[in-house]
Amino acid sequence: MSRLEDVFAASSKKALLMPYTTGGYPGMHECRHVMESFISGGADMIELGVPFSDPLADGPVVQASSQRALEQGVTPDDVLTLASEFSARIPIVLMVYYNCVFAYGQDRFIEAAAAAGVNGLIVPDLPVDEATEFMVSCRERGVDPILLVAPTSPDDRIDLIAENASGFIYCVSVTGVTGARTSLSDQLPAFLERVRARTRVPLAVGFGVSTPEHAAEVARHADGVIIGSRLISLVSDAQDIDIAGRAVEHFLKEVNEVLE
Amino acid sequence: MTIPARFGPYGGRYVPETVIPALDELTAAYGRLKDDSAFQAEFESLLKDFVGRPTPLYFAARLTAKLGGPHIYLKREDLCHTGAHKINNTVGQLLLAAEMGKTRIIAETGAGQHGVATATAAALFGIPCAIYMGVKDIARQELNVVRMKLLGAEVLPVDSGSKSLKDAMNEAIRDWVSNVEHTYYVIGSVAGPAPYPALVRDFQSVIGREAREQILAAEKKLPTELIACVGGGSNAMGLFAAFLDDEVGMIGVEAAGEGLESGKHGASIERGRRGVLHGSMSYILQDAYGQILEAHSISAGLDYPGVGPEHSWLHDEGRVRYDSVTDAEALAAFTMLSETEGIIPALESSHAIAWLARHAGDYGRDDVVIVNLSGRGDKDVHQAARALGIME
Repeated sequence: MSRLEDVFAASSKKALLMPYTTGGYPGMHECRHVMESFISGGADMIELGVPFSDPLADGPVVQASSQRALEQGVTPDDVLTLASEFSARIPIVLMVYYNCVFAYGQDRFIEAAAAAGVNGLIVPDLPVDEATEFMVSCRERGVDPILLVAPTSPDDRIDLIAENASGFIYCVSVTGVTGARTSLSDQLPAFLERVRARTRVPLAVGFGVSTPEHAAEVARHADGVIIGSRLISLVSDAQDIDIAGRAVEHFLKEVNEVLE
Repeated sequence: MTIPARFGPYGGRYVPETVIPALDELTAAYGRLKDDSAFQAEFESLLKDFVGRPTPLYFAARLTAKLGGPHIYLKREDLCHTGAHKINNTVGQLLLAAEMGKTRIIAETGAGQHGVATATAAALFGIPCAIYMGVKDIARQELNVVRMKLLGAEVLPVDSGSKSLKDAMNEAIRDWVSNVEHTYYVIGSVAGPAPYPALVRDFQSVIGREAREQILAAEKKLPTELIACVGGGSNAMGLFAAFLDDEVGMIGVEAAGEGLESGKHGASIERGRRGVLHGSMSYILQDAYGQILEAHSISAGLDYPGVGPEHSWLHDEGRVRYDSVTDAEALAAFTMLSETEGIIPALESSHAIAWLARHAGDYGRDDVVIVNLSGRGDKDVHQAARALGIME
């Protein structure tokens, strides 16, 4: 089993908590502060995004964070540095658009991620059919390629994804892009049951999960909860980074309570 | 019949998982209808009676005399309904969308020509339509914004990134990801994930099929060379496709903007590197880390940091030669064609004319070239007037 699967297996929580932040947002120093708050708030893993100029799977909040990080000059190497600073303390999964991997050199990027202690790579614009070489390269370097399934995925595609999955499967909770939502889709339980019936790989749910109530609902059907846009909004709405860190920690603790 | 997903290493489907089933559905539907005689008959009938095809292949006698080079023919796509070649593709895709039972249409637009063409076809089929357009393009293509609204389309301003075509396409993809079950996405160029590059090329290939017949009738021989501007590259692919197996030279003209050395240009093939943008692998303008760079061109339709994947392949194979002309050269050609032939060309098409003006001396007097006059210039008169100092 991969390290990520071990973490899922070893946990006694209803579901693991995986907060997301865009690497280097709102600045490198502040991002470290936010990641510390993730840990003190009870995160089990951290999803760290590599900022990209054209994040087409992301809604306005993550887009804006990505643009802000790029304006600060944050590079994929900087995000790998952040990963390396935290990976001894907590599992890190990197979210990166494919052109950043490709421009870096696919093998070279995966090598650098492995060296930084990254445990998994999520590439939202690299569906399983395009990912053959990518997955081989990841496995050779001990990094899990994290595949996504969507509510629109028919059963035969879920099977294809399940056959190739390791670490966990990223279940996209809604037909849409990332971003906080007032409610989860009422079709989410049926979707997760459909995926659950086809794989033993842990399932983590993201896109739109934004409250402790959402997290509790997700935990009834899945093994991990991913929260992104809501956390970025907490940071962007705060007057300074200390206030932001406290808000993040407080929010995650609330979520964690329903997951314990 | 199978629809190619790749052109050599280019193309593919680099999109979120959510829309993969929709691409599968589109590929299946198009595969079924592509060779369906009733579908094709309806498409041809719309091209004839609604679009106004065939468009003339016009011998430009005065331009030929002025440049002193080859015999110059203009493929008059500017005479299509709505004023550009874009309508060929949108009528085809709306026919497809209607067959597939889709109830909402979305599209991105740069210069506004594809937006107008989509809004027009959507009105023709009675399907609601929303068009994403960068705020920078909305400001410089006001006429087309008004046209889209008159046609009943909703124009959705895009304020992110470079605020032009690239970002309009990002936003259209995000909309599609969110509404994929009932929404049909009409991509306007030979770009995007498979099957779009092949599908758009097929719908545009009527340009080359007509031109081939027309030039054989007029000159009793095939042309020496074809010349077309390339942003995403749909008018060029539409013209080139019918000649790929012939001994005919082909030139794709990209936007050199303020000059290739200035960094402000849209020359994805000449100055880009291989990468992934908007769902396909192709040449794109990007920095060392793969961040997409802003393109620049006086012509909104060429202001795009990528290019259709088949063009990248044709470039690597050496089948098509790609070159570029600057904003200033395009403006000079815009004026020249207006004064010499009484035809005001789109700034996009002016790039093809400008390339020919620069290279006319390289041809013999017996050579024959076809320039794709992909659109008319009405939409550009304000911008050109400002650039030329005709008005403030």
